Amino acid sequence: MFVYADNAATTALSETALAAMTAALRDTYGNPSSLHRKGQEASDALRHARETMAHYLGAQPSEIYFTGCGTEADNWAIRYGAKAGAAKGKRHLISTPIEHHAVLHTLQALEKEGFEVTYLPVYDNGVVRLEDLEKAIRPDTALVTVMYANNEIGSIQPIPEIGALCHEKGVLFHTDAVQAAGHLPIDVQAQHIDMLSLSGHKFHGPKGVGLLYCRKGIPIKPFIEGGAQERGKRAGTEALPSIIGMAAAFRESCEHMEENRRKVSALRDKLIAGLSRIPYSRLTGDPVNRLPGMVSFCFEGIEGESLLLRLDMAGICASSGSACTSGSLDPSHVLLAIGLPHEIAHGSLRLSLCEYNTEEQVDYILEQVPQVVRTLREMSPVWAHMMENRENPYKD
Amino acid sequence: MAMDYSEKVMEHFAHPHNVGVIEDADGVGEVGNAKCGDIMKMYLKIKDGIIEDVKFQTFGCASAIATSSMATDLIKGKPVEDALKLTNQAVVEALDGLPAVKVHCSVLAEQAIKAALADYYKRQGIENDISKCADCENGCCGHDHGAEEA
Ligand SMILES: Cc1ncc(COP(=O)(O)O)c(C=O)c1O
Repeated sequence: MFVYADNAATTALSETALAAMTAALRDTYGNPSSLHRKGQEASDALRHARETMAHYLGAQPSEIYFTGCGTEADNWAIRYGAKAGAAKGKRHLISTPIEHHAVLHTLQALEKEGFEVTYLPVYDNGVVRLEDLEKAIRPDTALVTVMYANNEIGSIQPIPEIGALCHEKGVLFHTDAVQAAGHLPIDVQAQHIDMLSLSGHKFHGPKGVGLLYCRKGIPIKPFIEGGAQERGKRAGTEALPSIIGMAAAFRESCEHMEENRRKVSALRDKLIAGLSRIPYSRLTGDPVNRLPGMVSFCFEGIEGESLLLRLDMAGICASSGSACTSGSLDPSHVLLAIGLPHEIAHGSLRLSLCEYNTEEQVDYILEQVPQVVRTLREMSPVWAHMMENRENPYKD
Repeated sequence: MAMDYSEKVMEHFAHPHNVGVIEDADGVGEVGNAKCGDIMKMYLKIKDGIIEDVKFQTFGCASAIATSSMATDLIKGKPVEDALKLTNQAVVEALDGLPAVKVHCSVLAEQAIKAALADYYKRQGIENDISKCADCENGCCGHDHGAEEA
C-alpha cells in the first residue's frame, strides 16, 4: 500500500486546481500589465483570483499581495513591521520559539541588526498564554508575530485573543497562517489580524506561490523593487497560473472546510488512539487544539530517521524532527521548545493527513508503525538500557 | 534523505547483519550519546586471537545502523590485529560511500570496535594503547577525525 501522510510538508495538487492551472497555462498567457485584450483577460483572471482569496479570508481584494511563497510573505511582513517600528524608535519584537524558520531566521537576522526579540514560552502543549504576551508587550514593541498553527506538532494558537490584545495595546500583529489556511476558519477582521502569510501548497494548490494580507491603512513598503505590479508593492510579472491554481484550491478547501475537518480529524483521532497504545510513546503538541490532520509522536529508544526510512520502505511517507533528518546535530527546535529532552526528541514522527487519506490507510499505518518501532527498539542499546529495570513490553 | 544513501547502505539498513547481544562476550564497547542521536554497542567473542563472533546494538539513523552492520561484517572471522586496523574509511568504501554529513557514523563504528577490543585487552590483562576518542566515548560525535578527513 502507498500512503502519503506528509501533508504538512506539502500536498498533492487538487484536480480542480490542476484543471484551472492547465487552462491558465495554455490560454491566459497574457501579461496582466498589457493593455491589449490578452493582457486584459489576464488582468481579469488575476482580479478574480484576488477576490477569491480576499473573500475566504474576510479581507478586501486591495489588502491582498501575491508573493512567491509563504517564506517571502513572512520575511516581508516581519521586515516591514520591524522597520516601521524602528522609524518610531520601537525596536522590540515578540514571537515564539516554535515559529517556522521563515520567521525565526528573519527574527535572528533582525537581532543581529540591533532589534530585541522576546520569545514567549509555549509550555509543554506548544501554546502561548495571553498573560505572558500581556507582560511582554512594552511601549517600544513594534510587532508581534505568532504562527496560527504549528507545522510540527499542530498546536493552534489563540489568534483572535492575541490580535485583540495587540490592538488594545496598539501593536502591529502578524500571523504565519501557512499551516492553518484552508484548514481552519480565518477571518482577518474578527480575528484582529493586521498581516497574514499563507502559501498555496499546503491546501492542494501549487508550490511557489503565496500571499501577504496587509490591513488597509498600513503603509507597507515593497520588499522586492521593480515594476508596478501588486499596486507597486510587489514587483515582478505575476505568476498567474499559480495564482489561479492557489485561488481554485483555496476556494475548494474553504467551501469544504467543515466536512474535511470532520473527516480528517476522525482519521487523526483514530491514528492518535492507535499509536498511543505503543509503549513509551507520547503525543506531542496540544491534544485538543490541534490541526485536523496532525499526528505527531515521540517514541522512546529509537531515532526518527531510521523510523522514517523504514516506513518509506513500507510505502508510508512521513516526516521526523530528529537531528539526522534536519541535517544538524540538534533535533527540531520545536520539540526542544516544548521541553522534550534531546534523546526523546530524536525519536519523533510526524504523520500529517488530509481529506485524500482513507481509513484503510490509517489502518495500514497502525499495522506498520508499531512493528517498525519494535524492530528498531530491539536493536537499540538505549531501549535495552531503559528495559534493564523495567518490564519489557516486548517480552513474550 | 533516502536518495542520498547508496543501495548498499539501504540494503544493510533494511537487513542489518549481526544485530544482537553476546551474553558471554569477551569484549564490549559502547560509544556515542543519545543526546546527539547515535549510540553503538559492540560485543566480541574472541578465540585464539580470532574474532569468532560479533554482534551490535545501535540507536541512530539509517547510516548508523548500516555502518554498524558493515563494520561487524568486516571484522567477523578476522584476527584481532586486523580488526584494530579497521578504519572508518574502509567502512565507508565498503558501503559505496556515505553522504558527507553521515561520515561521523562510520567514525563511531570504528570507535565502537576499538572500544570493544580495548575492553577485551583489559579483561585479558594485556596492556594496550588503543586510541580513544573522548568525544565518541562521552560527548557528541558530530565530527570527523582529523586524519580521516577527506
Ligand atoms: C508554518 C510555515 N510557515 C512557512 C512555511 C513556508 O512556506 P513556503 O514553502 O511557501 O515558503 C511553511 C512550509 O514550508 C510552514 O509550514
